[in-house]
Amino acid sequence: MPIQYYIFLCLTLFSIGVIGVLTRRNAIIVFMCIELMLNAVNLLLVAFSKMFHGIALQVSSATTTGIDAQVFVFFIMVVAAAEVSVGLAIIVMMYRNTHSVDINFLNRLKN
Amino acid sequence: MSTLEILFYTLSAFAIISAIMVLVSKNPIYSVLWLILVFFAISGHYVLLNAQFLAIVNIIVYAGAIMVLFLFVIMLVNVKQNSEPQKQMLVKFIGVLSGGSFLLLLVALVKQTVQLQGQNVLLKEGTIGLIHPLGKALFTDYVVPFEISSVLFLSAMVGAVIIGKK
Repeated sequence: MPIQYYIFLCLTLFSIGVIGVLTRRNAIIVFMCIELMLNAVNLLLVAFSKMFHGIALQVSSATTTGIDAQVFVFFIMVVAAAEVSVGLAIIVMMYRNTHSVDINFLNRLKN
Repeated sequence: MSTLEILFYTLSAFAIISAIMVLVSKNPIYSVLWLILVFFAISGHYVLLNAQFLAIVNIIVYAGAIMVLFLFVIMLVNVKQNSEPQKQMLVKFIGVLSGGSFLLLLVALVKQTVQLQGQNVLLKEGTIGLIHPLGKALFTDYVVPFEISSVLFLSAMVGAVIIGKK
């Protein structure tokens, strides 16, 4: 499978996430779109790791090239889990203060 | 067309359609359910790439833990179906336009890149995604980041409790 197909798939998913962040006003859905973007990047990292693994396999059969990317994806998932727990706590706190999860209420930081 | 290609196209279409449905659903609970489908499709891609550890972790962590957390928060804040104020049509149009042009730009860029021409992704083969090599790498080369990530989890847990308690 050519690497371009994976890149196009991940770019599409990432762009859908970007469009969601730009067009929705519900803070929870904006947050979900960020998760979608993270997952698109993860998939691309794994695809690239398999690409370089395939190149290295032609040289020697016992190579572990590309395993770093998969460990990185694991760490990205760890950080995303921590991020989600704090972010959702912030959303709950915001709902308690304003009784809404509309991100337009958050522009008070502006002044 | 081989079985792998059919699987790739099916999973890709599944992922993209579900991702679009996340955006167009009015009810946030439906959005969460569609997002779970996206994660399952991405896990299918991981299985296709023979990254079995990541496929399982993706299902357990994302579809299992994070999405349940999202569902809990949505039920906690009790978002009414039609109460979400919509952005103006102009703002929506500009958002879709900028996202689409971002996609177009990067696709055009990738299409021209010489270094990526003729490179293939190894499907179904290669052992780096299995638990044994990954565990070995995680507990030898990456043991310090692994321990630091546990500290990160502890701080995130304490932070979530403190923010939620106020």
